[in-house]
Amino acid sequence: MNRYRFVLYRPIQLIPVLVGISVITFVLVRSIPGDPARVLLGPRTTESALARVREQFGLDEPLWLQYFYFVKNLFKGELGKSILYKVDVLKLIATRIEPTLVLVIGSVLLALLIATPMAAIAARRRGSWADHLIRIISTAGLGFPAFWLAIMLILLFSVQLGWFPVTGYGRTFWDKVHHMTLPCLTTGLALAAVLTRNLRASMLAELQSDQATAARARGLPETFVFWRHVVPNSLVPTVNLLAVNIGWLISGSVVIETVFAIPGMGQLLVRGIFTRDYMVVQGVAMVFACATVLVNFLADILTVTIDPRVKL
Amino acid sequence: MTGARILSVENLSVAYEDAGGSYNILDDVSFTLRKGEILGIVGESGSGKSMTCRALMRLLPSSRLRETGGAVRLEDGRDVLGLSQDELSEVRGRRIGMIFQNPASHLDPVMSIGRQIAESIRYHRKLGRTEAWAQMLDILRQVGIPDPESRANAYTHEFSGGMRQRAMIAVALACDPDILIADEPTTALDVTVQAQILRLLQQLRDERGLSIIFITHDLGVVYQLCDTVAVMYAGRLCEYGPKHEVIHHPRHHYTAGLVACQPSSEGGTGLVPTIPGQPPSPRDMPMGCRFHPRCGAADALCAARQPPLEESQPGHSCACHHPADLVAEAEA
Ligand SMILES: Nc1ncnc2c1ncn2[C@@H]1O[C@H](COP(=O)(O)OP(=O)(O)OP(=O)(O)O)[C@@H](O)[C@H]1O
Ligand code: SF4
Ligand SMILES: [Mg+2]
Repeated sequence: MNRYRFVLYRPIQLIPVLVGISVITFVLVRSIPGDPARVLLGPRTTESALARVREQFGLDEPLWLQYFYFVKNLFKGELGKSILYKVDVLKLIATRIEPTLVLVIGSVLLALLIATPMAAIAARRRGSWADHLIRIISTAGLGFPAFWLAIMLILLFSVQLGWFPVTGYGRTFWDKVHHMTLPCLTTGLALAAVLTRNLRASMLAELQSDQATAARARGLPETFVFWRHVVPNSLVPTVNLLAVNIGWLISGSVVIETVFAIPGMGQLLVRGIFTRDYMVVQGVAMVFACATVLVNFLADILTVTIDPRVKL
Repeated sequence: MTGARILSVENLSVAYEDAGGSYNILDDVSFTLRKGEILGIVGESGSGKSMTCRALMRLLPSSRLRETGGAVRLEDGRDVLGLSQDELSEVRGRRIGMIFQNPASHLDPVMSIGRQIAESIRYHRKLGRTEAWAQMLDILRQVGIPDPESRANAYTHEFSGGMRQRAMIAVALACDPDILIADEPTTALDVTVQAQILRLLQQLRDERGLSIIFITHDLGVVYQLCDTVAVMYAGRLCEYGPKHEVIHHPRHHYTAGLVACQPSSEGGTGLVPTIPGQPPSPRDMPMGCRFHPRCGAADALCAARQPPLEESQPGHSCACHHPADLVAEAEA
């Protein structure tokens, strides 16, 4: 199983990536105009009160020293204290991570659930009206911004039909499913459009491939050839496509959480930016960056598993 | 070749059709295959060798191509061209197996060799996982793959060229078909490996009574392996008969040219002659004998009328107005 050896040394290669990300987020966050102490204390306050807050959060130190503390905290497994909420950023994130995870994973699952049968129908009946319809829908789907689609879905299913709640997250399991269906559908549909086009193209290529011809020559019926030999081979490029899109999904979750008022990390990030809560912003950004890196790592493992030719 | 007829191809024709019109790619191709016989099909690139095999498996490479006439009769009299999808699925795999020039692209790269073989066995024979796996190991052994237990779990890219071709033969033979169609299976291999594969095919014929249609460019291989030869030119059969007859006494001028082109043929000048000119494109076939623009013996009759494929001696037929051996006799 030495094809999986990269699992051991890949994390080491990731260290410089994470260092780079931490520097960039740290600098970017601090380049937002405005002063966190002023935001916290409001317009009518004294210079000494401002100075106290700055001192409390180390904001009066030179930038390089602030970065040093930030990294030192990272090694202790901490992300600092929120200026606004006065609690550990890590604790704050822990309470916000579930809705975001549900949103991202739910969107990917929904997208796969929609895209696989659509691509299969389109590829197997190439040139039929079903194929044309699916191609038109998926091409149109690429052009719709996620927030626009979200508003349309809310108008139709929540306001008009009353099937789903407009906003919020819910408490019990089914309550959460109920609340998260529309948000997941919003990003899921946009992703499904990309996936459908991509999968259809690779399925069409695989249907014409020599290995599919040889499978037919063995007397395997068309449906069998399709699901056993065409689909597995066309999924290989799709895994990569999904990994590439994970960054887009995470940034999309910021928009979707705002539109649907979901108490997730995206919402936390947006509030952090408006209140100049440096610690929250750089904490969430670090978590997002790590998640993206982790997903790509998992995608590599998946690729090696489904395609025996790949060596990493 | 005393075996019973196991396959007869009768006047098989294939046409290409699109908005711009239609033209024939295969015209009136007929031959028979007996049990345990190895038939070689030779001809230049583009002469329709692969198309013939694809057509009789109903595996034409494009939806624009269509079998427009003829029949492909099985032992039991059924016509492959008239079979339903279910019957076709039984014929492919259980009666006729097929192997190709490029095993690397004709095997599924993401499924192990063992599973590809076991999959056919399970589908066709309705066997359980363990029985199918055991039979699969047996087949790998028969095609000469060493250490089948561990090689069964290997993937295509982990095999060498020769082993890959053996693996593809194993996949095609999974359900013990009576007929194997081999479309240039050794063209991409080096000489020693090629010889091993040819020996394997011969051995399969001897041990199982397998009948083989072997497509090649190489008359030397035909001479070594086959019992009968069909020579194709521009989508038609121009000569068909027992190997020795066709190679030692070619009657069609195209066959005579092919024999003269063989580097190993006697004479030994070291200079390999070639047939002048190019084969015609199916879009504009010449009138009359399709070979006449390149034939030294062509006359007005050749340009005007297509010679029919006629049996001149028992089992040896040829489509030529002025057969080469008669021309040679007249000159002598
Ligand atoms: N998909 C296709 N659509 C239309 N015409 C085709 C197609 N494939 C092959 N042909 C044509 O059919 C004719 C016969 O081709 P075929 O592949 O049978 O030749 P071949 O004798 O096998 O040659 P080679 O030795 O190169 O394999 C050629 O003229 C070729 O141009
Ligand atoms: S029919 Fe005429 S042109 Fe054709 S091979 Fe015979 S002699 Fe040559
Ligand atoms: Mg060919």
